[in-house]
Amino acid sequence: MEEINILGAGLAGLSAAITLAQGGQKCRLISAQSSERAQSVMAEGGINAALDLMGEGDSPELHFEDTMRGGAYLADEEAVRRLTFGAPDTVRWLAGLGVPFNMKDGRLVQRSFGGQKKKRTAYARSSTGKMIMSALIDECRKYECSGLVKRFDHHGFLGLNVREDSCLGLRARDIYSGEVMDFSGRVIMCCGGPAGLFPGLTTGTAANSGYAAARLFEQGVVFGNLEMLQYHPTTVAIPDKRCLVTEAARGEGGRLFIMRNGKRWYFMEEKYPELKNLMPRDVVAREMYFVRKEPDSSGEVMLDMTGLDGLVWRSRLPDLRAELIHYLGIDPAKEPVPVREGIHYFMGGIYTDIAHRTSLRGLYAAGECTCQYHGANRLGGNSMLGAVFGGRTAAEDILCDGDQAADFNGERDSGSVTENEPSDAVKLELGEILYSGLGIVRSAEGLCNALDRLDELEERRGTFPRTRLARAMLLSAMERKESRGAHYREDHPERDEKLGRPTLSRYKNGVIEVSIGEGFE
Amino acid sequence: MKTELRILRRRSREEEPFWQSFIYEAEDANAAVSTALNALNSREELTDTEGRRADPIRWECSCLQKKCGACAMVINGRPALACDSKLSGLGPVVTLGPLRKFPVIADLITDRSAMREVLREMKIFLRAQTEVSESMTDIAYEASGCLQCGCCLEICPNFCTGGKFGGMAAALPAGRLIEEMDGEGREELLKEYRKRVYEGCGKSLACRDICPAGLDVEKLMVNSNAAAVWKALDFLRKKRHEV
Ligand SMILES: Cc1cc2nc3c(=O)[nH]c(=O)nc-3n(C[C@H](O)[C@H](O)[C@H](O)COP(=O)(O)OP(=O)(O)OC[C@H]3O[C@@H](n4cnc5c(N)ncnc54)[C@H](O)[C@@H]3O)c2cc1C
Ligand code: SF4
Ligand code: SF4
Ligand code: FES
Repeated sequence: MEEINILGAGLAGLSAAITLAQGGQKCRLISAQSSERAQSVMAEGGINAALDLMGEGDSPELHFEDTMRGGAYLADEEAVRRLTFGAPDTVRWLAGLGVPFNMKDGRLVQRSFGGQKKKRTAYARSSTGKMIMSALIDECRKYECSGLVKRFDHHGFLGLNVREDSCLGLRARDIYSGEVMDFSGRVIMCCGGPAGLFPGLTTGTAANSGYAAARLFEQGVVFGNLEMLQYHPTTVAIPDKRCLVTEAARGEGGRLFIMRNGKRWYFMEEKYPELKNLMPRDVVAREMYFVRKEPDSSGEVMLDMTGLDGLVWRSRLPDLRAELIHYLGIDPAKEPVPVREGIHYFMGGIYTDIAHRTSLRGLYAAGECTCQYHGANRLGGNSMLGAVFGGRTAAEDILCDGDQAADFNGERDSGSVTENEPSDAVKLELGEILYSGLGIVRSAEGLCNALDRLDELEERRGTFPRTRLARAMLLSAMERKESRGAHYREDHPERDEKLGRPTLSRYKNGVIEVSIGEGFE
Repeated sequence: MKTELRILRRRSREEEPFWQSFIYEAEDANAAVSTALNALNSREELTDTEGRRADPIRWECSCLQKKCGACAMVINGRPALACDSKLSGLGPVVTLGPLRKFPVIADLITDRSAMREVLREMKIFLRAQTEVSESMTDIAYEASGCLQCGCCLEICPNFCTGGKFGGMAAALPAGRLIEEMDGEGREELLKEYRKRVYEGCGKSLACRDICPAGLDVEKLMVNSNAAAVWKALDFLRKKRHEV
């Protein structure tokens, strides 16, 4: 019998494993670290579903519209429709697994999140990701005990086993023992966003090294929208990285301001009277960048949470307050916190269809490593949804197709036995190059400079899978000569309606190809 | 601020451990042990205090925000998270070693898979779909916060890898589900809890003081313990009747 290989054990990987097991399908859950260490445990604010429990007349249709608009109409419309209409069931499924969502009068409570006109975000105080992960880890354990799910923790991805246009399995290395293992059978990639391409510069985990995505790219898998990085408006610098101040802080009433001529200027409230501080993240981040540059404004943008009442701090944002006191020595209930934009999410990634199939037969992808749901900007609370829904959808498609052991059981990859990675120092340098080209405000000139620096780095230190993926990101940003969502080009500040199609990229015959809307033959 | 990091190193499980020291100069007053380890490993060339070239220091981390438990190690003699241990509070010489209760893989990495094994053996999972009732969300929330870091097991006098006693890292996930379940599954889990947690625990609560997630084990376990004791008494009572 075929065993399905899931690479990554965060929300997407666990959801896929549980769904396969529920359908009686054996699978392997392979990950560099155990689920407790996955970035998913860091998610704070919540997960979206139009459950309409707040009496506001919310509906999946409105969730769909907000998601498409928020993503600047770059997301796959049909996929988003399925996602948003499937969201209520997804959240009910999670509640049934014992996730302690915040409740009132026997029902879930939903809070406001950016870019959404209704209170739609279900949450468990300010550790929603950790709570959902704990429940999924427990649920998955049931199938580990029954033998349907086999765990391979501490296994790093080395590459796919590809024959022609099919994926026959994957190769991984036991990080503890050094042993190299080949796993045959179809593959679901759930390896998260490539935060490790930007060491120290993201709110996520550098343990999502980006190597898995980089190797996939090198092996010819098609990627989409690689230029689309989300800068979260409210992050603070801590010694090792950027630390997130969840959007829920603004959802609960936090206000952004900057000092202008000695007075507080609540610029978001003035400029966007409807959604105010809760405009989509790309808009808020860009506004912050520009107001800092205004001649009569001074200092940092501040997030004022002093108006939140004691109950909110106790029951809805307790961890956030403790964290800010610990890292910054600032009590947000008493004084405003200086915030800056920081890289938070990767909208781009492996290109898939609505069933989560990739360009290779037998290879699926789900979670933050994919690109179909969030277009040019992801709404807060939609990514946990995308990861859980995506993992389940990929698994359901595999279950529908039945056992394909005969098709997906082939020769072994004779390729690498170790990761083809540069030193940490080179990774740092590469991160800085990418950051210089892919900031909040971009231009052909900045991108050219970054590409020149990348040429020089490769010449000096060699070409690696990650330098290739980095190049594809810069080339994608170069190719998109317009401004849309998170991608803002000061040399092309307007949206170009003709470019409302994904940026596809792939590596073929030693060349990186990038195209918008045309696809590859 | 200059710090000397004295690290108990080991290339692999088979090789002998040795001490090696490095100097790290923190730029940030909030720099933690994790900051130092990342900075040392990012140097073009890593040299120790004797000027010898050294291999990168192997350690595990992920979130760097005390949310994932990956970076647990022994710091100045006590188990702690590297990303939660500010250098400013640790003195001019900081010693780092791997957790001692678990097999060492290399340098500061240990194999903590025994923790997961205990949870499997105890069959810690829901038997049927169950929603948490509103009155239980607080307890479920706290108990779900366990990072599975292993610090509590390191300090616990009664835990050893491969042994029967599961310690607090098993008590919390078990306790949470005991609260949420009913029927036969709950009985099964209670039995495991009694056998693998309650009976082996000396209740010194050393584990509570060390827990980096600040979980109040005593408070969280009140109900499970009461249920376990109550069950035990019930069992004795039944026995007496049989006699
Ligand atoms: C601080 C923070 C707060 C957030 N808050 C929210 C929120 O409130 N709401 C929301 O919807 N979203 C939020 N997000 C985003 C959301 O958490 C993620 O997008 C989502 O959890 C991703 O899940 P995933 O399963 O795709 O990936 P991950 O959870 O990142 O899991 C990736 C898995 O792949 C494995 N892996 C990676 N590389 C390799 C390799 N080379 N070899 C082997 N294994 C590998 C890892 O070990 C891990 O198991 C937040 C993100 C951050 C960083
Ligand atoms: S109370 Fe003491 S014996 Fe019991 S788990 Fe904690 S440290 Fe171990
Ligand atoms: S109880 Fe605390 S110390 Fe023990 S594993 Fe959980 S988080 Fe770590
Ligand atoms: S790296 Fe996650 S707890 Fe330290």
